[in-house]
Amino acid sequence: MSELAAAPATFTLDGREIAFAPGQTVLQAALAAGCYVPHLCYHPQFRPHGSCKLCTVRIDGHWATSCTRPARAGMTVESNSEEINHQRLLLVQMLFVEGNHFCPSCEKSGECLLQAVAYDLGMVSTQFDHFFPDRPVDASHPQLLLDFNRCILCELCVRASWEVDDKQVFSIGGRGIGKRLIVNSESGRLADTDVAVSDKAVQVCPVGAILRKRVGFATPIGARRFDAEPISAQALRDAPRPLAKAREPT
Amino acid sequence: MPTATPDLAHIDAVVERYGGERSNLLQILIEAQEPEGWLPPAAITRIAQAVGWPRGRVEGVASFYDFLHLRPAGRYRVRFSDNITDQMAGSEALLDRLCSQLWVERGKVSEDGLVSVDSTSCTGMCDQAPALLVNGYAIARLDAARIDAIAALIRERIELAQWPAELFRIDDNVRRTGPLLAPGFAPGAAIAAAIARQRAAGAYLAHDGSALLVEELKRSALLGRGGAGFTVGIKWDGCRRAADRERFVVCNADEGEPCTFKDRVLLARCADLVFDGMTVAAYACGAQRGLVYLRGEYRHLLAPLREVLARRRRDGWLGRAIAGEPGFDFDLEIHLGAGAYVCGEASALVESLEGKRGVPRNRPPRLVEVGYHGHPTMVNNVETLAAAALIALHGGAWFAAIGTPKSTGSKLMAVSGDCERPGIYEVPFGTPLAELLAECGARRPQAVQVGGASGRCVDGAEFGRRLCFEDLPTNGAITVFDDSRDMFEVARNFTRFFAHESCGFCTTCRVGTALLDRLMGKIAAGRAGRYDLERVGELNRLLKIASQCELGASACNPVVDTLARFRPAYERRLLAGGFEPIFDLDRSLLAARLATGRDDAAAHLEGRS
Repeated sequence: MSELAAAPATFTLDGREIAFAPGQTVLQAALAAGCYVPHLCYHPQFRPHGSCKLCTVRIDGHWATSCTRPARAGMTVESNSEEINHQRLLLVQMLFVEGNHFCPSCEKSGECLLQAVAYDLGMVSTQFDHFFPDRPVDASHPQLLLDFNRCILCELCVRASWEVDDKQVFSIGGRGIGKRLIVNSESGRLADTDVAVSDKAVQVCPVGAILRKRVGFATPIGARRFDAEPISAQALRDAPRPLAKAREPT
Repeated sequence: MPTATPDLAHIDAVVERYGGERSNLLQILIEAQEPEGWLPPAAITRIAQAVGWPRGRVEGVASFYDFLHLRPAGRYRVRFSDNITDQMAGSEALLDRLCSQLWVERGKVSEDGLVSVDSTSCTGMCDQAPALLVNGYAIARLDAARIDAIAALIRERIELAQWPAELFRIDDNVRRTGPLLAPGFAPGAAIAAAIARQRAAGAYLAHDGSALLVEELKRSALLGRGGAGFTVGIKWDGCRRAADRERFVVCNADEGEPCTFKDRVLLARCADLVFDGMTVAAYACGAQRGLVYLRGEYRHLLAPLREVLARRRRDGWLGRAIAGEPGFDFDLEIHLGAGAYVCGEASALVESLEGKRGVPRNRPPRLVEVGYHGHPTMVNNVETLAAAALIALHGGAWFAAIGTPKSTGSKLMAVSGDCERPGIYEVPFGTPLAELLAECGARRPQAVQVGGASGRCVDGAEFGRRLCFEDLPTNGAITVFDDSRDMFEVARNFTRFFAHESCGFCTTCRVGTALLDRLMGKIAAGRAGRYDLERVGELNRLLKIASQCELGASACNPVVDTLARFRPAYERRLLAGGFEPIFDLDRSLLAARLATGRDDAAAHLEGRS
């Protein structure tokens, strides 16, 4: 095979040429190339989900969810515009009013993706009326706390439990605004499932919904994950770089 | 959490009847629930073990559908259709009447566990409203006498099978016929014609030789009849060309769009035409298996349809070597839905057929590439398949000669609301709305909802428009509102529908429809200002660009349209100022006033007492 095999295909993102590998989604290629697109339910280790809608972009004039859209050569993608970022802000505000997200008393504050994305998008208020849903807290497990008030239904724990832990501790139940996280026991309690503290599903929660007990507020303000760097920088560092071997992204 | 010991033997028998197949999970849940009317936790555990899926997954499926109950719901589960047409016909008063006769509160189970009464989304009986479902079976043309009769039957604990048959009679109300509704279609005629056309051309069938039938479909320019209007010939061709040889034909009989009932009538009167359509579709794209997704609200059609299928098998129109054509093997089965409008969305429907929650899929890939269990799948509306059968029989040119150049053929219109003669009118595409309004005897029409809740609302200035894709597109639902109707309440009814039916997958629709529902509630309570009306446009824009499917994208349509055409209905409910919070600020200090025994001016907000 010649070293001069065809150059990687590219698409344009906000005027910049982005190389991508076959099979990559628009979001994956963007992150790998160092272009941040806000997202919550995407995680590099799991199959794309497409539910949070924060990664919505315009592709050739049509709106699309970039984490589930396969990259194609010649696409013109628009992401970092005032209009699109405004729509993303609305979505984050909707997530805030849907649950009960009280940052000042939350153990995840400073380490929370929802909070970090909200800061990144310049959110200063929730704008909409809060729903104040009546959601339970499941403290049945000796080491783990489930606070459903903070769940943003990203389904990362569902995917991790199935794809990595080979269990299915977490599932989704209900419909519409009543959609909720459920656990795999007849009693409905976490303590009656086969969850383990070492499960990937426990580690992967981006917000304060699945927490280890007795370690809250262990990291002082100033030393927390998002104190040092905004999420827009950190997401790029975590993105896999499949083209690194073939050629450096331009 | 209520617990009960389920009849495990019954559950095991149901699971066995369905081969323990995960795809049949929804059917298993529906039947497993029958004896007690709900699914106790132990039943969910048993079913999960039997099909080999995690318990959480099965509970997740059961909790998605309105007609499956994870809490006791009573031996008789009465659900009043709460579409605007039912309400206009007096459903609310009748619901209250039944509750009072049964000493049960709306939304609750009676103390003896006998009955629960509640509302449910449009059951598709708008031409004979109000209607209800009792344990999934429809009773229409409700009035005080019928309600009293139902109450008596429930109080005396008469088995549903022993109830007077007349109660369950559903009328077709066909007012005007055309090619689809014309009587005299011979079962199998379309199949025979398709095969004959292929033989005459000397080509072999299915995978390699079905091109001729697809040619006719393209020549006909048939557009899908479910509402989306996709070009059927292209869809069939896409499936035919798929690399994967295992293909499926699916009939979307989940007709859940509020105010729509035309597929119900087609299935009741023209089942052979529809099944001929499915079979020629299978012939065209090389499918060997077909599935009908029948909405749970049309459960009364299940047994009659199965009888039609049995007859067609006996006559050789289903099964192996259909019409003597070697290799042309095709059979089909009917799956029930269980109360979820979103399952009318093609990819959500396929998810439901696979025994999962009805959540619309990410695209690409399209269903004709990756569909049912990953195989190429063609999902078509009932009426589309019926039209396809006629095209197979008479040819594409015959079809294209009817209607307009872009909207060929005839269309079943389901007319309801304030009119003398609600029912089904089959008209050529391009018919002016005004003609239909005159024919149905519309009474002093103020507005017409065209295409159901997700369609458009038009006022008198637009009655001259033509019903076709290029002017006023419609899936067939035509609902008339006379000049006494409050168009704000109409929009509010549709808004609540979308909030209830959202699958909840994407942030946009899940929270967006809930926000809109609350906004309409705020307006209804007289607490909204101009600021709130301005939020509608913003929500509409977001839902149109970032929703997972068309449910979210259409959810704001009723409000946007009625706001544009019937603004006074909103304006007269607004507060004088620009903005008020959703709650009463002064009232929220009431507890403090009571606790301190104060009612002086300083204990109230400025300017109020």
